[in-house]
Amino acid sequence: MHPAFSVVFFTTATGAGYGLLTLLGLLGGLGFTPADFWLGLVGMGLSLGLIAAGLLSSAGHLGRPERAWRALSQWRSSWLSREGVASVTTFIPACMFGIGWVFLGKSGGWVAVAGLLAAGGAVTTVCATGMIYASLKPIAQWHSRYTLPAYLIFSAMTGGVLANAWLQAFKLGSTAVLSWALLATLAGWGWKLATWRYNDRLEIPTNANTATGLAGGTVRSIEWPHTEENYVLKEMGFRIARKHSAKLRLITQVLAFAVPAILLATVFFLPWPLGAIASVLATVAQLAGMLVERWLFFAEAKHTVTLYYGRE
Amino acid sequence: MTCLPSHTDKKLGLVIDLDTCVGCQACVTACKEWNTGGHMAPLTDIDPYGGHADGVWFNRVHSYEHTTELGGRTVNFPRSCLHCEQPACVTVCPTGASYKRASDGIVLVDEDKCIGCKLCSWACPYGAREFDTDVGVMKKCTLCVDRIYNENLAEDDRVPACVAACPTSARHFGDLGDPVSAISQLVEERGGVALMPELGYQPTNKYLPPRARSGRAAKVDAPALEPIRAEGGFLGWVDRMLSN
Repeated sequence: MHPAFSVVFFTTATGAGYGLLTLLGLLGGLGFTPADFWLGLVGMGLSLGLIAAGLLSSAGHLGRPERAWRALSQWRSSWLSREGVASVTTFIPACMFGIGWVFLGKSGGWVAVAGLLAAGGAVTTVCATGMIYASLKPIAQWHSRYTLPAYLIFSAMTGGVLANAWLQAFKLGSTAVLSWALLATLAGWGWKLATWRYNDRLEIPTNANTATGLAGGTVRSIEWPHTEENYVLKEMGFRIARKHSAKLRLITQVLAFAVPAILLATVFFLPWPLGAIASVLATVAQLAGMLVERWLFFAEAKHTVTLYYGRE
Repeated sequence: MTCLPSHTDKKLGLVIDLDTCVGCQACVTACKEWNTGGHMAPLTDIDPYGGHADGVWFNRVHSYEHTTELGGRTVNFPRSCLHCEQPACVTVCPTGASYKRASDGIVLVDEDKCIGCKLCSWACPYGAREFDTDVGVMKKCTLCVDRIYNENLAEDDRVPACVAACPTSARHFGDLGDPVSAISQLVEERGGVALMPELGYQPTNKYLPPRARSGRAAKVDAPALEPIRAEGGFLGWVDRMLSN
């Protein structure tokens, strides 16, 4: 599949934004993190900023962005529509929570309810995003039991690492949030390795024989219907060389998992501001690494239509 | 709604005979000619006379070499929308632009509602949908919905443009939901198959596999090539010297 930058950025940014929003809603709403104007403003600004930037980027991917509102209508059958409805709906409790916690300096009561609803909406939106990919049968690498948990784990991971950096920067470092960020990073690493292992051993029943209805023997493409690449090939025929893929997997592991894990482990022992600097560096490395991960998620996914073009 | 109808009164579709298709591309050009002025018009072409010609087509003819223990043969393979009974391209649509008609089972796109998110083209295993980058919406085969019910046309012409154009009658149109229709009988008789049945899209269109070899064909073994005789004289000497 063609890795469109708008979609790669969209899923990475909203994943981190919703992960952070979940933690803010829980920690702030229930009063574990103090209601402080600048702390709250930066936290909510980061979270809603990432979400809004991601959603705008995804709208830029549309052929007719001015009609984007129509995407809220088919939630009964479409995961993309459900994602749209969930993301828009989540803004309501998120804004109420933001007003209560940041501007009125409150936690508990209705602010806690809004915080919990915002957290629930964030998780629901990430689930819907994951299901858009997991429900696509023509792409075996996505239509697997690994896809939905991956979106949830990566959202929890990037949101946790971001939350840790945010608290550390305000000299409010919490061992619980730091531990969560480190454990989620290790869990994300393990899940990605398991996913790659599964995809590399994938045996797909669909082949050139079933695609053409020609039973038995081999079916070899000898002539394409067109001389130049068409929409189908540009969008779904993206290929990546095996050696590049191996290199990019290594870069993903270093940037998204190994470097952040090491940096986060050192934060346990570092005094301020060194701990805060290490936490911010861990966030930057991880988000960069996740952009590479998401690019590979598309680039390594093979659509069944490529069988018609002799691309096994 | 992009929810699917629980039942369609008819299952209109195509049956394509891979035995008689000669790969002439007449169906491809007839489709383009009709549809660039039809329901989904225009079928935009980008840089049609340049080095990177691209554009929207609803019908594409591939050629394959199918090799079995009995030998190899060339199979021409037209590929277009199969008007599936379980079209995921419809259910993934977030706007309701894609729909399957309850009356005849045809899968269509309402261009005025399409936001061009392209998800339907990802959900189609057959690559039947093509995005029009010029208009910003998705386009697809309409089964010539503007021909088959068109009372301005003579009754014989009320078939999809690809079917009307085929010089070898490799394309057939009819109701595949009616077991006694001529087209259903043809599928029955020739063992017509669905493409990628394992994915569960239940395509309405069927393909008739090439007939079994009859053994009646004349045997034309080409004589073995003879080695080139060594050239004598001056030119032979030059050739030998240069070959060393």
